[in-house]
Amino acid sequence: MSGTLTLGEDVNKREKTAARTVPARKGRFHITSPRKTTSAIAAYGVLALVAIFFIAPLIWLVLAAFEPAASIGSQAPLVLSFSNFGKVLNWSTTFEPLLNSCILSGATAVITVFVALLAAYPLSRYHSRFRKPFLYAIIFSTGLPITAILVPVYGMFAHFNLVDNQAAVIFFLAATSLPFGIWLMKGFMDGVPIDLEQAAWVDGASWVGSLRRIVAPLMLPGIMVITIFTFVSIWGNFFVPFILLQTQSKFPAAVSIYTFFSQYGMVDYGQLAAFSILYTLPTLLLWVVAGRFLRGQFSFAGAVKG
Amino acid sequence: MATITYPRSSRPKRMPVFRWLGPLSPALVLLLLFFAGPVIWSVYLAFTNKALTGVGAAHPKWVGFANFEHMFSDPLFIHSLVLTVLFVVGSAVLGQNTLGFLIALIERGRKAWFVSALNTFVICAWVMPEIVAGFAWYAYLYQGGTLDSFLHHFGLSQDWLYTTPMLAVIIANIWRGTAFSMLVYSAAMSDLPPDLIEAAQVDGASALSLLRRVILPLLRRPIVTNLMLITLQTLASFTLIFVMTAGGPGEASQTTPLYIYQQALQLYNISYGTAMCIVLLLVGAIFSLIYLKLIRVEELA
Repeated sequence: MSGTLTLGEDVNKREKTAARTVPARKGRFHITSPRKTTSAIAAYGVLALVAIFFIAPLIWLVLAAFEPAASIGSQAPLVLSFSNFGKVLNWSTTFEPLLNSCILSGATAVITVFVALLAAYPLSRYHSRFRKPFLYAIIFSTGLPITAILVPVYGMFAHFNLVDNQAAVIFFLAATSLPFGIWLMKGFMDGVPIDLEQAAWVDGASWVGSLRRIVAPLMLPGIMVITIFTFVSIWGNFFVPFILLQTQSKFPAAVSIYTFFSQYGMVDYGQLAAFSILYTLPTLLLWVVAGRFLRGQFSFAGAVKG
Repeated sequence: MATITYPRSSRPKRMPVFRWLGPLSPALVLLLLFFAGPVIWSVYLAFTNKALTGVGAAHPKWVGFANFEHMFSDPLFIHSLVLTVLFVVGSAVLGQNTLGFLIALIERGRKAWFVSALNTFVICAWVMPEIVAGFAWYAYLYQGGTLDSFLHHFGLSQDWLYTTPMLAVIIANIWRGTAFSMLVYSAAMSDLPPDLIEAAQVDGASALSLLRRVILPLLRRPIVTNLMLITLQTLASFTLIFVMTAGGPGEASQTTPLYIYQQALQLYNISYGTAMCIVLLLVGAIFSLIYLKLIRVEELA
């Protein structure tokens, strides 16, 4: 939940910086002149402390995962061991939850992107008096705390016998991802010059045709970014599946990792850490990929001239 | 944003409603069914005695404002609100915001490899699944955990999650969310006019007065926007606290989202839970409206 608004701001900023890379470089300033050695040392000292603050909690995760018999306190491992990974790499501990996560996140991302792409088209291309109120409503709802609607949603799911129904959970997740998805999608679509489309309209293309053949291919990097962003935020979502799903075999990794932790009393922390790493790695990889797409975002700007 | 890359006049003029509404309809259906629907239904539920078990389950009765009256005479709810404010102010407004700003500021002009290495770790904490972040901090602070076994050498060994639960979750959330503020501020700072800062430096302004009189006033808008957004994100934070302390010991770290969870989903008092959700939604809505005001209208055009 906490991540819902984050990327957009990031995307906007990145777009900004990408669009003006040159002036941004010129715009470098230092609060203290780097030539003053003492202040430079002080600055590096502060930044090093910050680095320690951010690295320290992660050390346990890595050390415990590679330690043969990890306790909750991490000591330097004497031998690098993959035994924890070996123990968790089986169907019910790792593969099934990760597969469930893939289904949940993948289906949500596909629905969100498809629906948002359709919705963004009139918002980006047509005039209407409803456009502005709709956009305001969209931004307004990106700010609402999803956690706070989960109780009535649970009540609704219980009422209509939808608790533990994966498809219903996917549609709910898609609905909560939509406001932000539409907002991002409209932003990316506004970046596609309308001139290309107008040529297609003259040739008699319908809006479906021009969306499918001209706009969507041109904004593919943006579409990929929204897909990845939605996928990653659902992948990391614990609260929604924790509340709305009940059967162990349907749990995504976010929930199964919690039962791993809470149900078996004495926890094997090494295995927990190993599983955490397996579960976190796809997120980190996808963010790197998304960053690549974002940087390439403006490469199609030359399409009009060409 | 690269919002308007074409002249307004080149857009087609007014469309018939169905052409406009057609592509929007799947989104509208999903949003009405799964977003607006529950919100509206929750308003109705909050005025009933709906529960998932007992008498209220089969025949919920209209009870007027009883849930809301109960809420504000419920010491546990008031306690949870105080903790929520403490959590938002401590971890977001003071913590993430200040730390993010300082990192962005101090990083300027430093060696690129150092900056990107540090940023990688800060962003890593932000993008990793929240539940894993919760475990990492649990293991870090637990008695016998990483930090504890280090502090043991100085005779400071204790269970931080038990003795200082609010401080523990606040610090963990600063760790978790600082990346966002950092990214906002370093982007905003690279947009600052360099001439102005150089001029101030030539005039002999000290680092502190440069910050106070030039940089902070110029960054007023990103600062306010950032504060708004991180407040919204932190307000309903659940997972991190749930994993680290589960609201405990006792109710010592039970913020409102955790109290709602306990009342509505563990004790099945759905109507009371939704009434509290509405209060949380209203607070969120107020912040969201202020945020809307802040977004320039041109960005929407």
